[in-house]
Amino acid sequence: MRLLIHTTLFLSVFIFIGSSRIFSVEPSPQVQADTLVNTADTVGVSVAPVTSLLVDDYKYDNGEQLNLSWVPSIDDQLIDGKVSVYRVYRITNDSTRELIAELPPGSNSFTDKNLNRHDTYRYIVAAVSASDDEVLSTTTEPVQPQREWINFRRGYLFLLALIIGGAVIYYIQSARRGKKLFVRKIAGLEAVDEAIGRATEMGRPILYIPGILDMDDVQTLAAITILGRVAHQIADYDTKIRMPVSRSLVMTAARETIKTAYQTAGRPDQYSDDMVSYVTDEQFGYVAAVDGIMVREKPATVFLLGAFFAESLILAETGNSIGAIQIAGTARPAQLPFFIAACDFTLIGEELFAASAYLSGEPKALGSLKGQDVGKAIAMIVILVGVIAVTIGNAWDVKFMNDVKDMLTTIFSTQ
Amino acid sequence: MEHVAVWIAAFLTLGIISFLYKDNPWYKLSEAIFVGISAGYWFVVLFWDNIYGKFWVGVFPPDVVDEAGNFVSHGVPDYALIVGAVLGVLMLARLLPGVGWISRWPLAFIVGCTSGLYLMNYFSSNIMRQVQGTIIPLFGIGYGASVYEIIGNIVIVGGTFAGLVYFFFSKEHRGAFGATAKVGIWVIMITFGASFGYTVMSRMSLLIGRIDFLFGDWLGLIK
Repeated sequence: MRLLIHTTLFLSVFIFIGSSRIFSVEPSPQVQADTLVNTADTVGVSVAPVTSLLVDDYKYDNGEQLNLSWVPSIDDQLIDGKVSVYRVYRITNDSTRELIAELPPGSNSFTDKNLNRHDTYRYIVAAVSASDDEVLSTTTEPVQPQREWINFRRGYLFLLALIIGGAVIYYIQSARRGKKLFVRKIAGLEAVDEAIGRATEMGRPILYIPGILDMDDVQTLAAITILGRVAHQIADYDTKIRMPVSRSLVMTAARETIKTAYQTAGRPDQYSDDMVSYVTDEQFGYVAAVDGIMVREKPATVFLLGAFFAESLILAETGNSIGAIQIAGTARPAQLPFFIAACDFTLIGEELFAASAYLSGEPKALGSLKGQDVGKAIAMIVILVGVIAVTIGNAWDVKFMNDVKDMLTTIFSTQ
Repeated sequence: MEHVAVWIAAFLTLGIISFLYKDNPWYKLSEAIFVGISAGYWFVVLFWDNIYGKFWVGVFPPDVVDEAGNFVSHGVPDYALIVGAVLGVLMLARLLPGVGWISRWPLAFIVGCTSGLYLMNYFSSNIMRQVQGTIIPLFGIGYGASVYEIIGNIVIVGGTFAGLVYFFFSKEHRGAFGATAKVGIWVIMITFGASFGYTVMSRMSLLIGRIDFLFGDWLGLIK
């Protein structure tokens, strides 16, 4: 029955997405439009108009940009140019024209950004003389920005992602075949068992703060993943966990995670929804409530894992003042100094993401971690080779080295 | 009325600050008011921004009119938003006994989409740009950089490389590799030190803002 409902739901969503695509078919791409010099609309003739104005779609974007190009006014090409500025006008749908850019003499192209792919646009480029007389080009044909599904400019990015993704799959398969994958010790995580044990001995709860961002932040995801392991151990030790959160989705995910951990530990009856409670989305309102919980319930251990902002030091200092063991971790560089200053152990950046793999020892997580290390190894090698190439190429103008540098710059370009 | 608002704000500000002394009823009252009001406020904001502003207006868009209020065209509905609405409703399934597991679907959707979307963004910003920004000349005959620039470039390249070594988890930090990792963590800590000082100064400005409110808007001692 459950399988049937799963399948029905999945097919419904799939069919709906498919049908919405069919019913929202884009109008066919517009043909490039250009202008004719001879038909230029002039106002107070003093300079020649721009010629061959072309507008076409900006390739590989989300349908938000159009490219304009033109041949500058003949009066701009002479040594003693008479053109003081080019004005680019946009006409959206059938509305009046709107000045969108003023470009210096010599300009022959412009990219219009932040457009709506459902609208059509026409353009006029005016050559303006020193006495502010405008000479307009003819209006282009209406053009609609097009959305492309694949950005082929990011081919190298895709290739690198494939290499690293392939490495992840390779290591996951290796781990599943029983190969032992080595991961070095991470100091903060070594202390997790000790911290939970301490709370158990003292008979006090454990406070778990997963940051203040929602489930669409990768740090929150990491915090929830670590929570699974921590909750399992808490269930084993029969200790209490208290988890105030500032996002409703995080509350739902955390409840599911803790519930699963308690079931896995064979103590489903000990689980309660009250372990996780929603406070407020407001940053400092949440901080005020958590501080209050800290001083009233005096948890023996505090986990501060996830995305933190200005509240990091307030929370860490309050935790410190009640004598709790604090294990913190975030990938936000501006908050890490506060955690390092006020907490007993801090997971720095990537260590937060490595923590779940380290704690669980599961093939999937370990394989992922090892695959990421392949990415880091590639980055280190490229940096070394690139720096040597660019240094020698700069110093002695060695063509081969300059070629290597150009190749690496192209591969690692994000445009 | 404005005076009453200033007095209430000052009362609650001092209530929150009183936490510095110890937990007390004044703080508890301020905390409860803060949490309650902010939770209600965010409910209203999220309702009007998301459920009404994005979903309702997106699926049932108003007609497009010109400046004179004349009809121009019908709005274009975005039916894909219904998928999000359905997933949102499925979240409420956890309130119904027996089908609570359905609420895992939207959660799985969010977590999966987030991972996929962020993968390329992080890959682009944390690897590609970082590598590209680190490929710089250290020194050279025709380079023409000052001694300070050359030292700066060496620190950038060396610091980035050593930092990467520190975050390499597949090898034990021993020998030359361990020494490089140690350099990496030193670079990171020095960076954190500078960041600490910088951020503390910005926090001071927040404190100054509150004191300015108390002594200016409330007591009128600062003109």
